[in-house]
Amino acid sequence: MSEITLQIDGKEVRATEGMTVLEAARKAGISIPTLCHHEKLAPFGGCRLCVVEAEFRGQKRLVAACAYPVEKDLVVRTRSEKIDRIRRSLLELLLAHAPDSPELKELAGQYGADKDHFEKEAMFCIHCGLCVRYCSEIKKMNAVGFVDRGIRKEISFIPELALKECNGCKECFPLCPTSYLQAAFVLTEALASPAASTGTMSKK
Amino acid sequence: MARLNSPEELEKVRQDISSRRDPKKPCISICAGTGCIACGTSEVISAFKREIGKQGLKDQVDLRSTGCHGFCERGPIVVIDPEEICYLQVTPGDVSEIISQTLKEKKIIDRLLYVDQVTGAKTVKESDIPFYKNQKRIIFGPNRKIDPQNIEDYLAIGGYRALAKALFQMTPEQVIGEVKTSKLRGRGGAGFPTGVKWEAARKAKGEPKYVVVNCDEGDPGAYMDRSVMEGNPHSVIEGLIIGAYAIGAHEGFVYVRQEYPLAVNNLGIAIQQDEEHGLLGKNILGSGFDFDVKVHRGAGAFVCGEETALLMSLEGKAGEPKPRPPYPAVKGLWDKPTNINNVETWANVPLIINQGADAFASIGTEGSKGTKIFSLVGKISNTGLVEVPMGIPLRDVVYKIGGGIPGGKKFKAMQTGGPSGGCIPEQLLDLKVGFDELTQAGSMMGSGGMIVMDEDTCMVDVARYFIDFLTEESCGKCVPCREGLRQMHKILTRITRGKGKEGDIETLQVLAETAAEASLCALGKTAPNPFLSTLRYFRDEYEAHIKEKRCPALSCKELISYYIDPAKCRACMICLKKCPAKAIDGGKKKIHIIDQEKCTNCGNCFEVCPSRFGAVKKISGEPVPPPIPEPERTITRESKDT
Repeated sequence: MSEITLQIDGKEVRATEGMTVLEAARKAGISIPTLCHHEKLAPFGGCRLCVVEAEFRGQKRLVAACAYPVEKDLVVRTRSEKIDRIRRSLLELLLAHAPDSPELKELAGQYGADKDHFEKEAMFCIHCGLCVRYCSEIKKMNAVGFVDRGIRKEISFIPELALKECNGCKECFPLCPTSYLQAAFVLTEALASPAASTGTMSKK
Repeated sequence: MARLNSPEELEKVRQDISSRRDPKKPCISICAGTGCIACGTSEVISAFKREIGKQGLKDQVDLRSTGCHGFCERGPIVVIDPEEICYLQVTPGDVSEIISQTLKEKKIIDRLLYVDQVTGAKTVKESDIPFYKNQKRIIFGPNRKIDPQNIEDYLAIGGYRALAKALFQMTPEQVIGEVKTSKLRGRGGAGFPTGVKWEAARKAKGEPKYVVVNCDEGDPGAYMDRSVMEGNPHSVIEGLIIGAYAIGAHEGFVYVRQEYPLAVNNLGIAIQQDEEHGLLGKNILGSGFDFDVKVHRGAGAFVCGEETALLMSLEGKAGEPKPRPPYPAVKGLWDKPTNINNVETWANVPLIINQGADAFASIGTEGSKGTKIFSLVGKISNTGLVEVPMGIPLRDVVYKIGGGIPGGKKFKAMQTGGPSGGCIPEQLLDLKVGFDELTQAGSMMGSGGMIVMDEDTCMVDVARYFIDFLTEESCGKCVPCREGLRQMHKILTRITRGKGKEGDIETLQVLAETAAEASLCALGKTAPNPFLSTLRYFRDEYEAHIKEKRCPALSCKELISYYIDPAKCRACMICLKKCPAKAIDGGKKKIHIIDQEKCTNCGNCFEVCPSRFGAVKKISGEPVPPPIPEPERTITRESKDT
C-alpha cells in the first residue's frame, strides 16, 4: 500500500491508500463527528453526519468521510457554513426521535441544533445500525436485524436467536446511542417467553 | 431452426425468412402490449383468429400480435399491412366487418379511423396520424413489426446483424470506441456516458465481470422500459451481448420487475430462442465468445432502480444503496467489475453498431444524442409512449404529439423525470428535450416520465404527492432521505390542509438542501426536486396556502368551500339529490343552500349542476357569503324570465 498525501483543513496529511478520509483525519488529530461509524465495522454511510467537502481536480462536492477513500491531492474541508447547517439539520431530525440521547445532546450543543425543531416521533431508534452490523459482522450471529423499510424501518431481535445467544453477549448494548436497543431486547424477551418478562432471564 | 455457427449462416436464415414472406400478403398487426390488453385486445385477437378461420383465409392473411405501438389512449390498435391502414379502439364486434370489408373488399371503415379533434379530418395510415408523424421511432418503432415471441420477426428486420458485426469485424476496444463516439448517455436517469462506463468496466481488474440490464422501472405512470422489454426483447439482449463482448463479461443478468409478467414471459422466450440458435451460450455464432443471461425478478422497490441497490438485491440482500466509490464498474456484483445499463440504453446499442456512431450522433443536441422514449400521461389528449429526437421542444411533445390538454383547459406544468423530477412551467415550454437542458430547469430527464398538468392542479399538492411517494419508497438507510422526507411530507401535508405557518418554506428549503447534498444515493439526492421546482416556479401558490389559507387551483379539499350562487340557482334539485351528506337545503322553486357545517367538500354538487346554470361555485381563501333570507328563496315566474 502506497503512502499518499492529501490536504485536510489546510493541513498536509499523510495516509495509506485504501484508507477513508475519516481515518486519515482522525490519524492527523482532526475530528469529524459520526454516529454510525465503528472502527471494527465496514463503512455504512447512514447517519451522514460526517459529511465533508471534498475537492478533487477542481470539483467540489459533499461526501461522507466515513466511506470516501483518500486520493492523492484531495483537498478536504471538514467545516463550513453549509456543512454546519447540514449537520445541524441532521441532528434536529434525529433529536425528534431521541431528544435525551447524551451523544446527540452533546453534538446538538456543538452545532446549535434545536431539539424541538420537529415534532417528536414515537421511536427512539435512529437507525445507525451499529447493533445490527456488530451482531452480523463481528459476532456473525444476526440475532438483531432491520425489518421493513423507509420510515417504517425498525430494528428487531429474532426471538429464537436472541433468547439463545444474547444473554451471554450483549456486546451491542453499549453501542446504542439511544436506549432503544435495550428496550427492543426487553420487549423480545417478554414476547418470546412470558416467564422471562420479570427479568429472571437476564439475571441468570 | 438449427444452431447458427457463423455470420454467413445467420444471413442465410435471414434470407430464408424473407424469401418465405410475401410483402404483398396482407398482415394484420394487433397491439398486444399491456395497455391494449387492458383495453380488451385479447378478445379482439381471438375474434380475428375465429373470423379468419371461419372465412377460410388462413393461408391468405398473416395475423401478428405485437408489442406496444404507443398510442395507448386509443387501444386496441389494429394495423393492416401492406396498406398500413390503422384502426383504433377496435372491439371484437368490428372484426368480421374488418375482414369482409377491408381485407376482402379493400374498403376503409371510416368510423375506426383516427379523427382530428379540431378539423375532423380522418387519417388512414398509422404513420400519418399526428401522434406518430411527429415522432422519431428508431428504438420503439420496430415493436409494430415484431411478434416478440417469434425470433424470425426480429431476424427479418435485421436482428443480430449488429452482434455479428461486433463479434467478427470489431475488437472490444473498437466497440467501446464506437459507443463513446456516439455520445450515447444512459437512459435510466443519470445520463452518464455509456461508452465511458463500459471502458471503466473493461479496464477494471477482477474476474469474472458482469453485465446487467436494469428493468426495474418504478416510476408511477412510466412504462417505456416495460414496453420495450415486452415488445422487442431481442433488441435488449442483442445490445447486452455486444456490451458483454466489449467489456469482457461472460455472464449477464436482467433485473426485471415481478409486476411485469408479460415482460418476464417474453424475455424468457427470447432467451430460450437465442440459446437454441447459438446466439447465447457457448461460442456465439462460432466466434469463440461465450455469454449466458439469467433473469432475476425484482420484488418491486423503487430504490432497486438505483444501481448499487439493484446489485444488492441481485445478491439476495435487502435492496439498499451502497456508498460510491467504489463504483460498480470497479466493485459491483459480488465485488466484481459490473456494468449496469437501463433497458433503453441497451436497446440503442445494436442501432449504433449497425448504423455507425456518426449517424446516431447526427440526431439530437450537443450534449444529448439519439432519441428518448417518454411516457406521456396526465392531462393530455393522446396518452401513450412517444419516442422523440433529443432537442425537440417540450411544446411540440405536448401539442403536436400529445394533442394538447383535453376539456379546453389550460396547460399549467409538465413533470418530467419521474417522482424525483421537477415541474416545468408554461413559460419554459420551448425548452429543448435533453439531459442538461432539463436539469438546468430544475427537473431532469430521469427515465422518461412526462406528466402533464392542467390549471386545476395544485402545485403544492403535486409536491406533496411525489414526496409522499418517495417517503414510502425511501429505503431508510440514510438520515437526510428517511427523516428529511418524513418531515418534508408532514410539512407539505400541513400546508395543503391550511395549517401551514410562517417559516415552513424556509424549513423545507433546509431539509431539501440536506437531502440533496448529504443523501447516500441518487434517490435521496433528487427527492427534493418536486418541492424545489414547484417552489421555484409557483412560489405564489405556497404563499397563498400558508398566508391566505387559499388554494389558487381550487384543488386542496380542506381549503375550498362550495357555494350556490342564488342568482343562478334554478332550484332543479339535481345537486340536492346527489349530495351524499344531505347538506343541501332547498326544494322545488326554492333556491338551494349548502349547509357549510354538513358539507364534506366532495364536489358532487359542482359536478352535477347543469352547465347552463353553473350555479355551484368553488371558492377558496374567502368567506362563504351568508345565505339569502328565507323569503327571497322562492323562485317566481318573473325571476325565472330574467
